[in-house]
Amino acid sequence: MVNKAALPTWLQGNSGQTVSMSLGVGFATGLYGLSFGALATASGLSIWQAQVLSLLMFSGGSQFAIIGVLGASGAAGMLPAILSAWLLGIRNGFYALRLSGVLQLVGATKLLAAQFTIDESNAVSLAQDQPRYQKLGFWLTGAAVFVFWNGFTFVGAILGGSVSSPGVWGLDAAAGAAFLGLLWPRLTHLQPLAIGVTAAVLAAVFIGPLPSGIPVIVAAPLAVLLVWVFERLNRRKSSPATGAGDSK
Amino acid sequence: MIEFWPAILIGSLAVYSWKILGYLLPESFSRQKTVVDLANQLTVGLLAALCTVETIGGNQGIAIDSRIPALAVAAILYWRKVPYLVTVLAAAIVAAALRYFLHWA
Repeated sequence: MVNKAALPTWLQGNSGQTVSMSLGVGFATGLYGLSFGALATASGLSIWQAQVLSLLMFSGGSQFAIIGVLGASGAAGMLPAILSAWLLGIRNGFYALRLSGVLQLVGATKLLAAQFTIDESNAVSLAQDQPRYQKLGFWLTGAAVFVFWNGFTFVGAILGGSVSSPGVWGLDAAAGAAFLGLLWPRLTHLQPLAIGVTAAVLAAVFIGPLPSGIPVIVAAPLAVLLVWVFERLNRRKSSPATGAGDSK
Repeated sequence: MIEFWPAILIGSLAVYSWKILGYLLPESFSRQKTVVDLANQLTVGLLAALCTVETIGGNQGIAIDSRIPALAVAAILYWRKVPYLVTVLAAAIVAAALRYFLHWA
């Protein structure tokens, strides 16, 4: 091991763990960039378009969503493509709200912090016990994911562009699996499971009648609404004795 | 496709709008349970719907093909806690193999 006193202060103490966690998460997440880049060019985007998405949009779920819709319906699907990406990015706003208290930023650094605000940087920051490691975890993970994600996007985009049809390498099946992987860790309770199943069924029903991209944007909020209504009705039914209904 | 650029740039800006909004709003906003719940629920709904559309969506309506067994394999692998990238790759290989060896759609 190296002499700890020789390390810069931000690497002393427990920070070694934060650093290795950040870089590990950054590399592992960055690897998915391969599948994004490959799917993007196989969906008809140019290598540069795939790269610009990873640089500017920098949020996996939204990126997969926008290329999915553009790939299926071309430029005609522009509006639903933007809307699905936008709606999927909503959770980053909540990470940002939480992180702004942790990071205590002023001025223009907020602009960079905002770009690095994603699932992984938020999660690593959340896993640290002290404020300075929470800050370190956020910045290092954000930067590491950014670098690896963009690098692997480029490699994947070149590989994907060499495929004549996405189906030949099963890339179309990879897209569904990619979304399932993002969904899986969220299915920990009955309620998200109910919302997920409802949204999936609604989306399947809407695929035929509605133009590409629209089923997703309609099915998701409708599923949330239906499950909410169902829960309200159930709660009312389970407390009929008081007659007071829902008094929460 | 040059026609994709507006969607790419506007979409990127739209996604960034959430991120920057979080740093500009007062922090008390993030402690409102309803708001947080709604965001989580909407994310689950969107991911489930996207997964469905990517798996059975065709040029005209629903298309049943090798993507379904591929997704089933992916579900089993996620359930067995196999890493994300390995699972995505496995799904692609299943679909590609079914098409190549069994001539499935």
